[in-house]
Amino acid sequence: MQSNDYLTIYGEQLSSRLLIGSALYPSPAVMEESISASGAQIVTVSLRRQQSAAAGDDFWQLIKNTGLKILPNTAGCHSVKEAVTLAKMCREVFATDWIKLELIGDDYNLQPDPFALLKATEILINDGFKVLPYCTDDLVLCQRLNELGCEVLMPWGAPIGTGKGLLNSYNLKTIRERLPNTTLIVDAGLGLPSHACQALELGYDAVLLNSAIAGAGCPITMSRAFKAAVEAGRFAYNAKAMPEKDLAAPSTPTMGMPFWHQQ
Amino acid sequence: MNITINGELLTIKGASLVKVLQSFGAKPPFAVAINGEFIPQSLHDSTNINDGDSIELLSPIQGG
Repeated sequence: MQSNDYLTIYGEQLSSRLLIGSALYPSPAVMEESISASGAQIVTVSLRRQQSAAAGDDFWQLIKNTGLKILPNTAGCHSVKEAVTLAKMCREVFATDWIKLELIGDDYNLQPDPFALLKATEILINDGFKVLPYCTDDLVLCQRLNELGCEVLMPWGAPIGTGKGLLNSYNLKTIRERLPNTTLIVDAGLGLPSHACQALELGYDAVLLNSAIAGAGCPITMSRAFKAAVEAGRFAYNAKAMPEKDLAAPSTPTMGMPFWHQQ
Repeated sequence: MNITINGELLTIKGASLVKVLQSFGAKPPFAVAINGEFIPQSLHDSTNINDGDSIELLSPIQGG
C-alpha cells in the first residue's frame, strides 16, 4: 500500500482497509489471533443484556487489549427508537461517537429498513453521532444518507452471513461513481477474499466482514487471505485497469512471425 | 413493587436505580435504559424506579 493512501473515516486516517467483526469465532484465542492477522485497525462490537458478568468482562478485556478502534453496532434493532436508544448506550459504554447503524426491516434476509434508517440517522447526527449506516445498495438511499451528513456509507454486498459476494456490482459501481467523495465500505455478504478484492477494485474504500473469516475452516489463515486481497484490490484500483474489449488482441508481437506465408 | 430487569421479574421495595443495580449484581462496564429510554450514568444516582418499570442493563459482547 502506498504510504499516503489512507482510508478516511470521519477525519481519522487509517492504513488498513479491512474492518473486522468480533463474533462467531470458535474460541476467544482464535478471535484474537484472527483479528491480529487481518491487520484491521477497527473492530466491531455490540451490547446485549448482562448475563454472566465474568464472561462478558473477559471478552471486553480481550478487545481492549487489541488496542483497535471500536465500532459499536445496533445489530438486531427493528425500530428507530430501539436503534437510537442502543446507539446512546453504546456511546456511553464504548466512549465513541461512531456507530454502525443497523436497522433491520425484514428478518428473512436481514435487509435494512431504508425508511427507518433515514429517520434514525437524522436523529443520531443531530445528537452528535458519527453514523456509519449499514444500508442496501440503493443509490437514492445512499444519496439521502449522504445529504443527512453521513461521511461514510456501508452498502451491503449480499445479505449478512450469506457469503455470496457482490450480488449487484452495477449498483455498487453506480454508487461509487455518483458519490465520489464519500467513504464507501462494502459491509456484509462477503465469503471469499476475491469478493473483497472485487469491492476494492470497484473503488470501494474498504470492506467490513466477520462471518467470512470467523466461519472459515481456519479463521486465522482466512484472515491473512482477506488482508492480502484487500491490499491487492486497492493496488489494482490505483493502477487503473486496462479497458475491457470484445475482440481478442495478441500480446506477443506478430512482426517477424516464423512460418508466415502470404495466402 | 414489581419491575423487570433484563426480562427477569423482580419484586422490590421502593428503591433508587443504583440500589436496584447493586442488588442485581451489575458489573461495569454497562449502560442502562428504563422503559426504552437511555439513562446516562450521570443520572443514575438521581433516578428512582417505579412500579412496572422495565430496566435494560447492557454490557459489551461480540458483534459483526
